[in-house]
Amino acid sequence: MLLWLGLFFVVPLGIIGLYSFGENVTITRIETTWTLENYARITDPVILGLFWRSLWLAGVATVICLVVGLPMALVIATASNGAKPWLLLAIMLPFWTNLLIRTYALLNILGTRGRLNDVLGWLHGKGRAFLDAIGLDGAAALGERFVPLTLLGTPAGVVYGIVYVSLPFAILPIYSSLERMDRSLLEASMDLGAGQWTTIRRVLVPLALPGILTAALITFIPALGQFLTPDLLGRGQVDMIANVIERQFKKANDWPFGSALSLVLLYVTFILIAARAFGDAARARRLERGRAA
Amino acid sequence: MNRQRHPSHGRPSPGRRRFLAGSAAVGIGLKLPKGAFAAEGEVNFYNWDTYIGETTLEDFEKATGIEVQYDLFADNAELFAKLRGGNPGYDVIVPTNDYVEQMIEAELLMPLDHSKVPNIANVDPLFMDPSFDPGRTYSLPYMWGTIGIGYRKSAVEAPPESWNEILESDKYAGRIALLSEPTTVLQMAMKAQGHSLNDWSDENLAAAEAMLIAQKPRITAFAPDNGQDLLLGGEVDLAMEWNGDIQQIMEEDDDIGYVLPKEGGLLWEDTLAIPVGAKNVENAYALIDFLLDAEVGAGIAEFIGYATPNAAAKALMSEDYKTNPVIFPAEDAMKNSEASVFPGQERMRKIDEAWTRVKAAG
Repeated sequence: MLLWLGLFFVVPLGIIGLYSFGENVTITRIETTWTLENYARITDPVILGLFWRSLWLAGVATVICLVVGLPMALVIATASNGAKPWLLLAIMLPFWTNLLIRTYALLNILGTRGRLNDVLGWLHGKGRAFLDAIGLDGAAALGERFVPLTLLGTPAGVVYGIVYVSLPFAILPIYSSLERMDRSLLEASMDLGAGQWTTIRRVLVPLALPGILTAALITFIPALGQFLTPDLLGRGQVDMIANVIERQFKKANDWPFGSALSLVLLYVTFILIAARAFGDAARARRLERGRAA
Repeated sequence: MNRQRHPSHGRPSPGRRRFLAGSAAVGIGLKLPKGAFAAEGEVNFYNWDTYIGETTLEDFEKATGIEVQYDLFADNAELFAKLRGGNPGYDVIVPTNDYVEQMIEAELLMPLDHSKVPNIANVDPLFMDPSFDPGRTYSLPYMWGTIGIGYRKSAVEAPPESWNEILESDKYAGRIALLSEPTTVLQMAMKAQGHSLNDWSDENLAAAEAMLIAQKPRITAFAPDNGQDLLLGGEVDLAMEWNGDIQQIMEEDDDIGYVLPKEGGLLWEDTLAIPVGAKNVENAYALIDFLLDAEVGAGIAEFIGYATPNAAAKALMSEDYKTNPVIFPAEDAMKNSEASVFPGQERMRKIDEAWTRVKAAG
């Protein structure tokens, strides 16, 4: 275990750490001069802006994943034992296809001339015909011509792509915490006069909280490092910080700066995981105290 | 660079007949004794995706007995990133001119012994002394082409004459795709402003950056690998692209055209080179010589639809190919076009910072 950790985690990370304090001496040689310049470059407002945009887009995607994932997890957890494996399979199925291919499929669906706009255009035509038929002015109500939705190349398109990729990762941890939950607690809550909404809010969500927090982390952290989705679904218009990092290791050939950027991104991740661990510890202490009292 | 170099999928099918003719040739090849020419072992060939004739590599194996290990890269940056830490085992690579320069500077390429490549005689003398590799010490030409504008004929009043039509004017707002190549896109902006695409002075770079930031709201996509797909699918009507990519979709759609703007575009040349640390150097020479053979070269050019610098191969090609204005642009469009020169690491950093600001804007 230690060897594994050393070989695949500490050593590569150490090298990146050294690079991040280095300078390009020639186009292929990096010398560790303990310069702080690479970190200083991160304070450039443009770079900070990209960090902020990444946090923001990943945050929105995570919230959507949780809001959509909780009911789906609940449906699976409460399904009959015969149906469960099939529902889980349906969630996992897209993962058997390569991410790049799935992303290209989304391009085909979400484009200005994509399938989604085909369907909306068709509905628009039918809707107008229907309104005209019942004596209303369809063109006035729905517009003379159908204006296709622009989804690609916008933050919405990027968030959609991240949600699409992350949703299963959000559903599974919530499902596993709901699965273990004692169903009779819900029944007790309803029997004692709490409504459905109150039961969800006061009983279900708190019980599923560890799963929800895991789901949030497991969605948020990879979302923070996305570069394929902004490149393709964002059409290069909505760059995130990982696009800059990728460029440093390839086109810009500036590994020291790329290393510094990736380490800072890693620190953000560590802080989140640490916050999660402290939160858990605090909750455990509260429970202890509750029992002791 | 994410040039997609695959043969046309939708080419109306002389392909099949060619394929049969090809197999016949292979049949003949089989009957030849491997004899004195036969060499031992293998050669590791690292090339762009589908940037080779249909049977070229099999023919080479049959002719020489050398086994080809074929591996693909997606762009020059990937090739460079893999080689800079030490050659992982490639014998022949296909870098583009500015990367040849960069690799020579980084001492990643082996000087070539021209006496081991007799087919050098086939190469058009115009290609034998380029500025990026004087005297062809490190590289030999494989294919060349341009970057210009692909457009949908029915969607424009006239073919775009100037880079300004996609980089400055609002005429085609929301219908434009640019490449997602920092260097290339900024270079074309410098061209539009009347400068050499290799004059990376601070003022030129700043002006090019400002031009792109101002134009950004009117640009639909910075396309990593799919500008021609966006054009073909009708998502955009004009796309900055490699000529070969546009040539491919022109074969699927008559409504597509390609033009080199009057300011000139970018000239590029892909080369054959042997990286330092290659294990099968003799076999690498054999492969390079084979690829420069007149008939082999003609077969490749016919199949992938790019311009060949091989005069003997070109002489064997059809009139259609030789007079295709997309593959071989007219003289006057060519005269303002330039090849890119590697600007040096310090400039590359400035270029990338400018690009980061362009991409983050808006």
